[in-house]
Amino acid sequence: MTTTAAPATGERTAQRNDPGAAPRRRRSGRLRRIGLPYLLLLPALLLELLVHLVPMVIGIVVSFRELTQFYVRDWTTSPWAGLDNYTLSVDFDAPVGQALLHSFLITCLFTVLSVGLCWLLGTAAAVFMQETFRGRGFLRTLFLVPYALPVYAAVITWAFMFQRDNGLINHVIHDQLGLTDSPPFWLLGDNSFFTLLVVSVWKGWPFAFLIMMAGLQNIPRDIYEAAALDGAGVWQQIRRITLPSLRPVNQVLVLVLFLWTFNDFNTPFVLFGKSAPAAADLISIHIYQSSFQTWNFGAGSAMSVLLLLFLLVVTGLYLLFTSRGKKASDG
Amino acid sequence: MRRIRAAAVGAVTLSLVLTAAACGGGTSGAGGSNEQPKTLTYWASNQGASLEADKKVLQPELDKFEKQTGIKVKLEVVPWGDLLNRILTATTSGQGPDVLNIGNTWSASLQASGALLPWDEKNFDAIGGKDRFVDSALGSTGAEGQDPAAVPLYSMAYALYYNKKMFADAGVKQPPTTWDELVETGKKLSKDGKWALGAEGSNLSNNIHQVFVLGKQHGADFFTADGKPDFTSDGAVAAVKQYVDLMAKDKIIAPGNAEYAQNQSLSDFAKNKTAMVLWQTASATFTSQGMDESEWGVVPAPVQSGKPGQGTGVNSMVAGINMAVFGNTKNLDGAKDFVKFMTSDKEQIVLNKAYGSIPPVKAAQEDGAFGTFALSPLREALATSAAALPQVPEESQFETVVGTAVKELFADAAAGRPVTTESVKAKLEKAQQQMPKK
Repeated sequence: MTTTAAPATGERTAQRNDPGAAPRRRRSGRLRRIGLPYLLLLPALLLELLVHLVPMVIGIVVSFRELTQFYVRDWTTSPWAGLDNYTLSVDFDAPVGQALLHSFLITCLFTVLSVGLCWLLGTAAAVFMQETFRGRGFLRTLFLVPYALPVYAAVITWAFMFQRDNGLINHVIHDQLGLTDSPPFWLLGDNSFFTLLVVSVWKGWPFAFLIMMAGLQNIPRDIYEAAALDGAGVWQQIRRITLPSLRPVNQVLVLVLFLWTFNDFNTPFVLFGKSAPAAADLISIHIYQSSFQTWNFGAGSAMSVLLLLFLLVVTGLYLLFTSRGKKASDG
Repeated sequence: MRRIRAAAVGAVTLSLVLTAAACGGGTSGAGGSNEQPKTLTYWASNQGASLEADKKVLQPELDKFEKQTGIKVKLEVVPWGDLLNRILTATTSGQGPDVLNIGNTWSASLQASGALLPWDEKNFDAIGGKDRFVDSALGSTGAEGQDPAAVPLYSMAYALYYNKKMFADAGVKQPPTTWDELVETGKKLSKDGKWALGAEGSNLSNNIHQVFVLGKQHGADFFTADGKPDFTSDGAVAAVKQYVDLMAKDKIIAPGNAEYAQNQSLSDFAKNKTAMVLWQTASATFTSQGMDESEWGVVPAPVQSGKPGQGTGVNSMVAGINMAVFGNTKNLDGAKDFVKFMTSDKEQIVLNKAYGSIPPVKAAQEDGAFGTFALSPLREALATSAAALPQVPEESQFETVVGTAVKELFADAAAGRPVTTESVKAKLEKAQQQMPKK
């Protein structure tokens, strides 16, 4: 901001001294002022274009084509399909549409639960770790371990633990504690939803914890001291000081967690392999199966575009809603 | 300020959301060329106990080839879980290996993509002629009436492996030859935490192999003669139900097998927990699991009645690996030389011996190494009673949707839910609706 301030003043001076030359100079000055940031952004924009936008546009184009194994060699030869891929995807009376809708609803439920739990655990842990005590550093490091582990290695380990006959989970709840009559399946059937949720929360909450911890460092200690003097208890302090101060952090954190969880591919893929059980059929793996397993990339792309639209709408509404709320509370 | 912030928010939003959609495309060149005659890239499938084990088997042979021709072969052993996706990516981008191994059941699917060099008469002549290969293996190299998309490299077949100690403990004298006998024997073996038969309920390909063979025995193909999916015929329903009933009704497969997909049934077999497995060329795996050859036996896989043969006597699929030349190769002649080398009588004996498979090359098959007790039932099946999986472009979709249906039915059976003709038919109907419309 400081860089633009100087030319602005100069411009105003010029305007006063030489009114005749003013419009042209103002124009070139403004061009420079407006142009510079764009010039600086150019490399990033080009890369963005290359890495994100071009593939995305191609994806959108492909969604209007009948791209099956007969055309993968040169997708430009595939025939146009019009809206066929979309009508196939959203025809909820037919099996493909039904399966997509089911997968979408499962994903929504899963995302709400997973983000909620990650946030709750992360925030709670961050708040408790604010006080200094022996072993705090160790616990902080320990809590971040799931975030630091490679996803594949970690999830494969979970998959082993959830095996019915030889897994650690069943060994504890069935063999040792005797909580169930027969060892339950965790990677098949309806239980797979909980398996997925547990692994996802385990994997996701350290990020919430990390962000919250950083956010908490920015809240001045003296506010708490003042509140304590006024007789505010711990719960009141959390409610009246901590949470409102963390609002901007929360806004981004929840959004990022939402997008990551909604799009999560690795966790279900490593846990369940190529065909996830119906109860854990997340949308990303569903789309993968619709395109790679059945080699129908047109339909897969159409589903991706629908997912993109949904996420755009949700994200837009979320930002609109949260920034409105913020303005209102600021005012 | 506000506008900048709005723009920034917009950009951030967009970039965060972008991860959702992406699908790249690429251009493809024309057929192969001979621009780089001194090198070849070879994607081998994982045939041995590990990727490293495969490298140890293959590298000395590649060195021999380099000595003979001066062509250096860069080897990559690709795990099964990745191979098909890697081939698809290579097809789309045009950037791939020169020579590659494919599962022989993918032949027709990949043939349809046009990515592989067609083996017309001229190309076959370059490697010594088509009639060097066994017919059953050639039957699994692409759609009928078209030039094969690949050349057979290793052949395998299903057989019934049984654990001698468990049979003796249960007082079973003879391994079963029909399904009725298998169930009867199985009931004697399934007790005290031990089970008669192993299955890989969550392995889609394995499910397909088993129900395909049972389908043949019930007189059903999963595709009509003109290549349309036909999953819900009485024979197909009966075949799938018979397979799942081994767990659901006969209770000779442990419920836990419903989630097996990484050959756990073979470890159970080696640990004396499961008495029988229906498997293709399992001997090398048993050895690596610490089982001695004297501890297990192998007989032809069961049939409904009578003796194995063609028609309803089919008791195995034609399993195996084919070798293909990628259409975009920059060393076409070298690639063909390499296929010729790998399918030569001498190399066929070396390689198939190392992998415990059967050579699809007639002359190599005669070698004494393939007449052992472990391999002769497989050779027998390939010669007389094996059938190729449907050679249609939609084969890989078929594996996915029907394989998943069987997996779900196993999950039902394992959870104690009833598996009925209606529930089997409903699952197969759903699978058929998921197939691409023609």
